[in-house]
Amino acid sequence: MKNAISDAMVITRRQLLLLFRVPEVLIFSTIQPVMFVLLFRYVFGGSITSGQPGGYVQFLMPGIFVQTVAFTLAGTASGLAEDMTKGLIDRYRSLPIARSALVFGKTLGDSALNIVVLFAMGLAGFIVGWRPDSGIMKITFAFLFLLAFGYSLSWIGIFVGLSAKDARVVQNISFLTTFPLTFLSNAFAPTTGMPRPLQYFAEWNPVSTVVAACRELFGLTNQFGATAGSFPSQHPLMMSLIYMVAIMAIFIPLSVRKYTSAGKS
Amino acid sequence: MKSVSAEQLVKIYKKGNVKALDGLSLDVEEGTVLSVLGPNGAGKTTVVRILATLLSPDSGSATVAGIDVIKHPEKVREVIGLSGQYAAVDEILTGWDNLVMFGRLYHLSKSAAIKRAEELLERFSLTESARRPIKTYSGGMRRRLDLAASLIVQPKVLFLDEPTTGLDPRGRQEMWEVIEELVKGGVTLLLTTQYLDEADQLADDIVVIDHGRVIARGTSDALKKEIGGERLEVVVEQSQIARTMELVTRVSGAKATLDEGLRQISSPVTQGSSALIEVLRSLDEEGIHPLDIALKRPSLDDVFMSLTGHGAEEAVAAESGKKSKRGRS
Repeated sequence: MKNAISDAMVITRRQLLLLFRVPEVLIFSTIQPVMFVLLFRYVFGGSITSGQPGGYVQFLMPGIFVQTVAFTLAGTASGLAEDMTKGLIDRYRSLPIARSALVFGKTLGDSALNIVVLFAMGLAGFIVGWRPDSGIMKITFAFLFLLAFGYSLSWIGIFVGLSAKDARVVQNISFLTTFPLTFLSNAFAPTTGMPRPLQYFAEWNPVSTVVAACRELFGLTNQFGATAGSFPSQHPLMMSLIYMVAIMAIFIPLSVRKYTSAGKS
Repeated sequence: MKSVSAEQLVKIYKKGNVKALDGLSLDVEEGTVLSVLGPNGAGKTTVVRILATLLSPDSGSATVAGIDVIKHPEKVREVIGLSGQYAAVDEILTGWDNLVMFGRLYHLSKSAAIKRAEELLERFSLTESARRPIKTYSGGMRRRLDLAASLIVQPKVLFLDEPTTGLDPRGRQEMWEVIEELVKGGVTLLLTTQYLDEADQLADDIVVIDHGRVIARGTSDALKKEIGGERLEVVVEQSQIARTMELVTRVSGAKATLDEGLRQISSPVTQGSSALIEVLRSLDEEGIHPLDIALKRPSLDDVFMSLTGHGAEEAVAAESGKKSKRGRS
């Protein structure tokens, strides 16, 4: 067990080392969400009425935070698929290390990237007028909550990455599924404007519950934008935690098993 | 004592329903080098992956250093080194980064991992490039680094899966030197290759496999004898074929054969170079000037021709096209 943890840490360090060796990854992972902050703030911000004191940016920031951590899934998946095709995974699997070490190390490494990205986004948000006013405790908790969501999603990424053959295909597929999911939510606009069936979908969408939970934690009144008064819109924090636990309960064992048997068929 | 022993291994890949191994058995004596020789798709990589615990066989059994690979894969992993067809190292990281990381994964302390990395870089002539990312390395350097990574903890058994495939002649030569060095140090090595000369150069024993079965085994010399050793090949003008056939048959002591399309006469010879001189001399006396004359060492194709009745390339073509075909240099 002690070895399993230290092995995972070695892999995490490797992921971090990759960021230092290829700073472009870090730079572009940061630029994209910061660009989204600026675009939404100034392009849509004027037309979307959020009814929020302080304007649309207060409503927007939690949405963009969640969208960004949701993209962790694609990053984890394509990184792992690349290691698979290069035979790196075979090397790891021939080492006397715990089977879980590699996948745990990878997910932790990707979370470390999220810390940097969230920090840069927070800073950009602050510059364009984002002012969370719920106090340091709740704000810190909100960021931990975002990291936890990203972490749980990276386990789906691990599973997808291990299942696929080509890194670019994985990147495209994960992006094509994650992107609409982040928009079919309350992240950028209240769900009340959506057609009825989409509204139901958006209410149950984990992205919406995490966004709503974060808005609460950042000091906004629950801005779910839902009309139905459904369970997730009433209890976004609890619902989000249930989602995260469920994702990990399903995908951690699946991923470890997939990794153990990678290339065996 | 047997360091590696495989008994009746069978492996069927469900995808494409390919029978990769069809009751394959082999063993490696401690401190010796066994070369598994065969064309693409013969099952070489599958054997290595099973012995290195990356794959489980559908049936059969295998032990490495006396440990059952199916029952105790985690124990096997502690005593083996594996270097595959691809250089399985992180391209973005430097050579130094890679070796230190693998050292840490073998549970060396940080200082021990660094010390070991530096030793290995030195030994494989990579010290100068240690701080450069792997993607700037030549193919030969990558393979050497990959090999170094499999030697971090002195393995009891080392598996090298086609260590020189895809390398240019120089990279290949360098790799051979490194492997010979290891062999002198007394490592137990199982090496797969599609090149007979590589097996010849590096191995004590050779098993030839095709379609997942062993079709011949023995020392390099024994196999060559079986295959017939060198061949003399002469190409002459149409009108001189009959006379040349007689000459060649007389010198070689074996019936010469004719490829009519190429006008090429060939015959197995034992004392290659002296036979070549003698044939040339006789041809000259007869006033025959050959268009081409050569002494050919048996190639893998010849081995396959003589052992299976089909060429190595055909075996590749017959395979489901799972792997890309690699040309032989």
